[in-house]
Amino acid sequence: MIEIRFHGRGGQGAVTAAEILAKAAFQDGKYSQAFPFFGVERRGAPVLAFSRIDDKPIRQRYQVYEPNYVIVQDDGLLKVVDVFSGLKKRGKVILNTKNSVEVKEEYDVYKIDATGIALDILGVPIVNTVMLGAFAAATGEVSLDSIIKIIKETFPGKIGEKNAEAAKIAYNQIKG
Amino acid sequence: MTSTGAVVKKPGSTRNTKTGSWRTFKPIIDMDKCIDCENCYLFCPEGCINKEYEIDYDYCKGCGICATECPVKAVKMERE
Amino acid sequence: MVLKIATANRAVAEAAKLSNVNVIPVYPITPATSIAEYLAKFVADGEMDAEYVRVESEHSAMSVAIGASSTGARVFTATSSQGLALMHEVLFIAAGMRAPIVMANANRALSAPLSIWNDQQDSISERDSGWIQIYAENAQEALDFVIQSYRITEHPEVLLPAMVCLDGFILTHTVEPVDVPEKEVVSDFVSTYKPANAILDPENPMSIGTFTDPNYYMEARHDMYNAMINSKNIIRNVNKEFGEIFGREYDFVENYRCDDAEIIIVAMGSVCGTVKDVIDEIRREGEKVGLLKLRVFRPFPTDEINAVVKNADKIAVLDKNVSFDIGGALYNEIKAKLDVDAYGFIIGLGGRDVTPEHIRKIVKETKKPEKDVQWIGLREEEI
Repeated sequence: MIEIRFHGRGGQGAVTAAEILAKAAFQDGKYSQAFPFFGVERRGAPVLAFSRIDDKPIRQRYQVYEPNYVIVQDDGLLKVVDVFSGLKKRGKVILNTKNSVEVKEEYDVYKIDATGIALDILGVPIVNTVMLGAFAAATGEVSLDSIIKIIKETFPGKIGEKNAEAAKIAYNQIKG
Repeated sequence: MTSTGAVVKKPGSTRNTKTGSWRTFKPIIDMDKCIDCENCYLFCPEGCINKEYEIDYDYCKGCGICATECPVKAVKMERE
Repeated sequence: MVLKIATANRAVAEAAKLSNVNVIPVYPITPATSIAEYLAKFVADGEMDAEYVRVESEHSAMSVAIGASSTGARVFTATSSQGLALMHEVLFIAAGMRAPIVMANANRALSAPLSIWNDQQDSISERDSGWIQIYAENAQEALDFVIQSYRITEHPEVLLPAMVCLDGFILTHTVEPVDVPEKEVVSDFVSTYKPANAILDPENPMSIGTFTDPNYYMEARHDMYNAMINSKNIIRNVNKEFGEIFGREYDFVENYRCDDAEIIIVAMGSVCGTVKDVIDEIRREGEKVGLLKLRVFRPFPTDEINAVVKNADKIAVLDKNVSFDIGGALYNEIKAKLDVDAYGFIIGLGGRDVTPEHIRKIVKETKKPEKDVQWIGLREEEI
């Protein structure tokens, strides 16, 4: 079982990202689950969302405490929340940052300026689809094709096209 | 357990949450352009701009309403 | 059959659509809101030929549901927590007027302290309203139970409304694979509601919802009591037929590794998934533990529970609700109806996450019980 924890802020689409990831993994032929932890439902407040991916049906219903991967949609959260809490040894972190933030050495950290990409392509600082492109590249746990397919289903029309493009750019940046 | 009825007895819990960390964009006021109309002061939903046009970045969430409402475009939203 | 990935709220809305519901009076409340939203969309997009009635409160939603049901329409609504509490008086009226309404309840804590998160205090507090109550472990069950409920509630020997309970957020907002059956197959299964009793039919006039003096009230309640007992046979038959058509067999209870179990955990709802995983782990360590999942809470399947738990040494009953001073409702009913060595555990109130460690602690405490009722997962530090 692969467990992923999303750290975001209200309005950045962390919950939607967790759902898109679960749907994409399902598209790839896996079983999956995604759910939010709602705190205060306000734009900007820290939020958590979780995804699980497995080869067999998933029964467990508690939050993810020991993730294999952590997606941090806002580097400002590093000061507010322990985003590394319970992260498995050699776990991977996908971090949205423009700056060179210091992070613990025991983790593989993939930094990406997702806000920059989102502003360029979408015109708004909503980074969830960008982060999923980066996640697909960094971990290989889900195919970019499925991520793009589900993004286009989730956001029909032009918005979907643009989000898919943003995810692809992030994917290629991480792949280098 | 000391919180009968889940009351909060220590005041100031809102002030301890520095919502300034929520910002993606930061408002910067160009005082050379400012015409002292007080629109930004009046419209700021967080009360983060005073009459001297100083911005309280500890709590400004970067919503950009000040920039939208400024009639002379004296407020720029810059990426953090 | 189409395998989709969806939340339980989506699954419930799909079930209402598949069941050819005619009238949907509904008022939004977290975490049931998206059920109302999906249904509104289905109706607006022409996918559903139903009357969507926007009301000003849950009290009105249930009132409209009764009115619509009394014209012979098939009715669906959804609510949660404070919304269900606001419906309280009308729930009793729906059951007393024998209106076969089906409602999804997204289980959520009751205030105060204000909480939007999951527990089962809301529906448990409506235990005696005369509604059938079924609890879902996952989105699939939530969908299946809504479809099944129309066959149960509309049966002439039952005519009691049914509440399908699904844990708020834990199910309502979790996306997971769901098998959505074909429209035609469900249409055949649920058939059409042919009301014979308590219907406003100009050709065959009758007075319904009448004032009843002491000469008749008790008989009306006694009829309801018998109807709830009768519903057991109907539920059993509907389960069987559903299994044959849809390939998913349900019973009043689910026996998960109980046959040789020394300790049996009894629980309802989504926590059962976590419990099953923990039981598999504990069994690998050599301990004989099982789970009895209670699917139907009203009618209360005493015989079915007894058949599974009678040989166990000890029973641990999990309750996401509390009756102050005497423990959870399910624990007390098990104690009242069965001759077993049972202990009660209050868990998961107001969204407190129930982890495998909590389940392990419950098993440990059940072996050497110190108290009849224990609270599991409380914070240890002062707050």
